[in-house]
Amino acid sequence: MIEFNKSQKQIQMAVRSFAKGEFEKDRVLELDRTGEYPAQVHAKAAELGFIGIHYPETYSGGGMGFVDQALVAEELCAADSSFGITLSMAGYGAECILRFGSDEQKETFLPSVAEGRILCGAAFTEPGNGYDITRLSCVAVQKNGNYVIQGKKTGVVNGLNAGFYIVLCQTDLFAKPFTDGASLFIVEADREGLIVEKTGERLSLNMMTSASITFDNVEVPMANLIGEPGKGYGYVQKFLAESRILAAAQALGVARGAYERAMFHIRNREQFSRPIGQFQAVRHKIADMATHIASARLFTYTTAMAFDQGYRDPATASMAKMASCRAAMAVTDEAVQLLGGYGYMREYEVEHFYRDAKMIEVRDGNQYLHKDIIAESEIGKIREPKRP
Amino acid sequence: MDILNYTDEHRAFRQRLRKFIETRVIPHARQWEKDHAVPRDLWRDMGRAGLLCTQVPREYGGLGGDFIYSAIVCEEMAASMQTGLAATLHSDVVVPYISEYGSEDQKKRYLPGCVRGDIVTAIAMTEPDAGSDLASIRTTAVEQDGYVVLSGSKTFISNGIHGDLAVVAARNPDIRDPYMGMSLYLVEGGTPGFERGRQLDKMGWNSQDTAELFFNNCRIPVENRLGDKGMGFLMLMGKLQQERLCCAMGAVYGAEHSLKQVMDYCQNTTDASGKPLSKFQAIQFALVEMATEVKIGRTFLEKLIADHMEGLDVKIETSMAKYWTTDMANRVMGKGLEIMGEYGTCEENPLVQGWRDMRVTSIFAGTNEIMKTIVSKFMGL
Repeated sequence: MIEFNKSQKQIQMAVRSFAKGEFEKDRVLELDRTGEYPAQVHAKAAELGFIGIHYPETYSGGGMGFVDQALVAEELCAADSSFGITLSMAGYGAECILRFGSDEQKETFLPSVAEGRILCGAAFTEPGNGYDITRLSCVAVQKNGNYVIQGKKTGVVNGLNAGFYIVLCQTDLFAKPFTDGASLFIVEADREGLIVEKTGERLSLNMMTSASITFDNVEVPMANLIGEPGKGYGYVQKFLAESRILAAAQALGVARGAYERAMFHIRNREQFSRPIGQFQAVRHKIADMATHIASARLFTYTTAMAFDQGYRDPATASMAKMASCRAAMAVTDEAVQLLGGYGYMREYEVEHFYRDAKMIEVRDGNQYLHKDIIAESEIGKIREPKRP
Repeated sequence: MDILNYTDEHRAFRQRLRKFIETRVIPHARQWEKDHAVPRDLWRDMGRAGLLCTQVPREYGGLGGDFIYSAIVCEEMAASMQTGLAATLHSDVVVPYISEYGSEDQKKRYLPGCVRGDIVTAIAMTEPDAGSDLASIRTTAVEQDGYVVLSGSKTFISNGIHGDLAVVAARNPDIRDPYMGMSLYLVEGGTPGFERGRQLDKMGWNSQDTAELFFNNCRIPVENRLGDKGMGFLMLMGKLQQERLCCAMGAVYGAEHSLKQVMDYCQNTTDASGKPLSKFQAIQFALVEMATEVKIGRTFLEKLIADHMEGLDVKIETSMAKYWTTDMANRVMGKGLEIMGEYGTCEENPLVQGWRDMRVTSIFAGTNEIMKTIVSKFMGL
């Protein structure tokens, strides 16, 4: 339905082939249980250029666009939802350097991510504030030509094994609005004063570590400030908008992977002397799933293509994410149902696709947040009527 | 006018049961989920406390209670944070086969042990190639010279590893018609040829020992056949009304319990500005929608419990209830988790386990799709 060009089709094939050769079901199930990072497939993926495909070639990237990154994410997630999400978020947050950082910062940090040597983690949200990053308690004050960071961040993706973090801190406590006083920093994981605590066990994706980080007088040089002071909130909002389109691509891949497995099952599973794929109710479930996926695909890629053409609308990104996640929840849920008792068994995979879809559903905002963003864009602020 | 009439005896029973669950179950639930097992002693202790098999008549050591006791057990256990101690399955799904279809000798032999928790039961119908299509089971039972030889395998059997007594559906290989050839047999654990397979690794119900069972020329006396030869299908049909009602109870009570926790969370969690989540209109509407569905489920359920207790044939309605309430509970819990955002993905949040556990309910005891085909038939469609 969406026509990809030759290069994009090659990427699809390459990722598919890589996953087919390297993703082992037993290994996925094992890491799902143990929470160990899939280092081997990560290294292989980086070797083949699938990490940072959207970074310029000068920084070891593929020199391609967001669409290509989305294609990689979709294919990885369709092959396996857990490995796919984990690998496609190996550099989560590094886009802040890519889009808003200096050439020195890009040179210092991006190649090691693209080459698979380190992971990036993003530290934006704070304990007790949910998704809200407008009232930061984590501060960065200037001292002797450096910045000293003090505070706590929670839900840091790749928190335990990132090589560096992108951290949003308040640098001007008197800014009005308050968000105009936030700045964005790169903090290397081996800086003194970082206390990293593993987040407790989660529903799924334990192999992609999550942590709370306390910054106890962590000193970073000026060179680690991304862009301009006071612009951090804006940078993060832009990053999140981009990240949400990637989430849409992941959800699409997860949905497709579950769908393919369900399809295989309904063709082969026989009950009442025939493949269950012959029953109309089953066929209509497949039709619903296919429609969900087609709609998610269209939304994801038109948004991704628009992004590459410079159209950067946060509301559209929220819509795409919400729509694709709804599709993923519906499709993975149905896939579990179609596999019957087997759908509930970890061995048959679809249940972890379902759990992984649930994780994406609330990452970078649940639908309540996204609807607020969309409504704000559509309706704008309604001024109080002037009272006589 | 209440649909169900709870008496002081019912209330006293509930208090005793709640105390048992609070002291003996909940503190260990998380560990059992990790261990994928419940200590066998819990069944014995629960039985000796008079909390199992409440419908079994006094002459066999039971309480001789009405179905409301069963509803109370299901409701309280829905808040027990574990599924391995599957009291409702044992008491109100499997044991009733023995109570209703068993010979005097079988009842004397097994019911007291079932009541006391010395005998934990399992029901073995499903096979790798016979799920929804129960009539196509391949496990055979050859009756000869006072013995029955069972051959075949079963899967997805709850209490499969620790169960002491299994009600096994098997067919007479000489009879073509599956509806005429099926019989039910009582197979004791430890019978030569009766082997436990591996425990199955699942999305939820982790403390529950769901397993495969194998019958390799397993020889049992013909006295262990339950009911008459060839009556298996009819007996299953007879008991499915109560089984479906039990599923609906689990779904409604589970959804109610979860909703309470979600509401509690929303009222006690504030956004960054200090405003409780429960003050946001979108959240309020979502919670009201959930509460309404739960209330509809509870009302339907109680009416069916009342009808069931009156001995009415509510096969259609209980099939409707089984599919609708389990779909509802899954909806409600999914919505609840989404409202909770990131906390809705933390395993320390009991609702996360609850969501994983609820997912199987639209599949087991007959998939919701099968419920619809059954109702469709009964509606004359």
